[in-house]
Amino acid sequence: MTRPLGDLTGTELSAKLAAGDTSATEILASTQARIDAVDGQVRAFLTPTPQLASERADELDTYLSTGAPQSPVAGIPVALKDVLTTNGIRTTCGSKILETYVPPYDATAWTRLSGAGAVLVGKTNCDEFAMGSSNENSAYGPVYNPWDLERVPGGSSGGSAAAVAAGEAVWALGTDTGGSVRQPASLCGVVGLKPTYGRISRYGLIAFASSLDTVGTFTRSVRDAGSMLQVLAGHDPRDATSLDIPVPEYGAHLDEGVAGLRVGVVSEAFGEGVEPAVAASVRAAIERLAALGAEVGEAVLPHATYALSAYYLIAPSECSSNLARYDGVRYGLRAEGEHADSIAMMFATRGQGFGPEVKRRIMLGTYALSAGYYEAYYGQAQKVRTLVIRDYEAAFERFDVLVSPTSPTTAFRIGEKADDPMAMYLNDIFTIPANLAGVPAISVPCGLDDAGLPIGIQLTAPALDESTLLRAAHALESDLDLDLRPPLLAGL
Amino acid sequence: MPVEIDIEHVAKLARLQLSKRERAELATQLGQILEHAARVGEVAADDVVPTASPIPRANVLRDDVVEPSLPVDEALRNAPERDGDRFRVPRIAETGT
Repeated sequence: MTRPLGDLTGTELSAKLAAGDTSATEILASTQARIDAVDGQVRAFLTPTPQLASERADELDTYLSTGAPQSPVAGIPVALKDVLTTNGIRTTCGSKILETYVPPYDATAWTRLSGAGAVLVGKTNCDEFAMGSSNENSAYGPVYNPWDLERVPGGSSGGSAAAVAAGEAVWALGTDTGGSVRQPASLCGVVGLKPTYGRISRYGLIAFASSLDTVGTFTRSVRDAGSMLQVLAGHDPRDATSLDIPVPEYGAHLDEGVAGLRVGVVSEAFGEGVEPAVAASVRAAIERLAALGAEVGEAVLPHATYALSAYYLIAPSECSSNLARYDGVRYGLRAEGEHADSIAMMFATRGQGFGPEVKRRIMLGTYALSAGYYEAYYGQAQKVRTLVIRDYEAAFERFDVLVSPTSPTTAFRIGEKADDPMAMYLNDIFTIPANLAGVPAISVPCGLDDAGLPIGIQLTAPALDESTLLRAAHALESDLDLDLRPPLLAGL
Repeated sequence: MPVEIDIEHVAKLARLQLSKRERAELATQLGQILEHAARVGEVAADDVVPTASPIPRANVLRDDVVEPSLPVDEALRNAPERDGDRFRVPRIAETGT
């Protein structure tokens, strides 16, 4: 049976568009039909933008009909996580405190995609201010995993991951501070790329933890991830941490395979807490890499077990500072009623506007940065960060890429971990080290467990070596040749 | 050992109004999380330099050229309360005599 247009990859759609076999309007109609059919169940979107999308697709078809040059992004339906600002379109961060916030500017990541002809289909649900691993922390309710509607899609970019998995968008943007692109990609059976810190501008990414926050991509193929990165990467004077260095051609070496590539298996990542089906599937994928000619060995990241502890001090510390801006003065919620003074208004506004996880992290960070505790917590955590970076440096002297499971488990049931913050935080144990070190990593589907839930393998490369990362991921993806389609889409 | 925290003091620093129930829950949860997080002290030796940012950069300056800024109306569009070209807030100082 022929699949609907919206289920093709961006690369395939771009080729059809270039050949005159389809139009941006036709592609959008296919994606829009899918949103109409399944989003009542999946609930990936907080703010769909069908009218804007339709106008945009029309414009694009008119433009392309003149024979104008076509970018690989042109006409691709894209969804954006609702922590990326969009000029004139409500941006909530999944929080009540920004329920009516309409930004006066676009995030640079969106400016770049939009400028290259991408079509925005909507803003996606996420954990409040990107804090969470299940999307259950959104003030607007959960997102349901298209593979099993009783399960979480992962988080924090749960809406973006679910949208791409269910064909409600061909591509999506998310953000990854401790695994928030890779973990939901793994749980939803799609490709999730977190590039090197500084590779994509953070301008317009509403800040959670500024030294960790990274814009990332959701696609249904590794090649598409490279196409997105090609447009997104590059210097932006509006972000002082954005890297002012040349951007390589990410597609140039994509098909060169893994013969001779040195692959390090992170041995710590197969221990306690990892579901047997996950470990088995990832090990089988590693055997495929070896069969394709990779030199597989054992890598150690001795401080990885301390990375989670360091992360849960550094991220909340930065969060408590960044979220101080929500004070009911310039934008966002102001608590109703008479306030004795501005300070009382701020207490009431923040108490009403933030949900439980955000409050928890603001309190944790405020404590970790407070007088008398700073050195013991934040100061020590920053030293562990140095040790994690040294671990990677040592590992990358011996290996070109490292592999591990992306997440210790497949998608868990909604509510299963909601009351236990520590159990929830453990979801990110394999993804957090890459954020602390700023190195690029990608999650690629590598199989299904007995319940038919997707499993992801994580590949990690040295800073700025996305080319090797994508080449290895593409080789594995091509060899595994999984045809992943959630049962929800049967008959669609 | 779970860490004991003066929740009211921290909430005051964070300007966060919390219910009695929230305070009780946070005392337990933060205590547990910090017990786990305190493990950073086990490995962070004195001779390890702290890292604040994974790709350190210093003194990133742009050219000193005047560029258009956000129009006042745009900047005030999301204000909870506005008074002409200003943000309006509840009083911020004691009234003098």
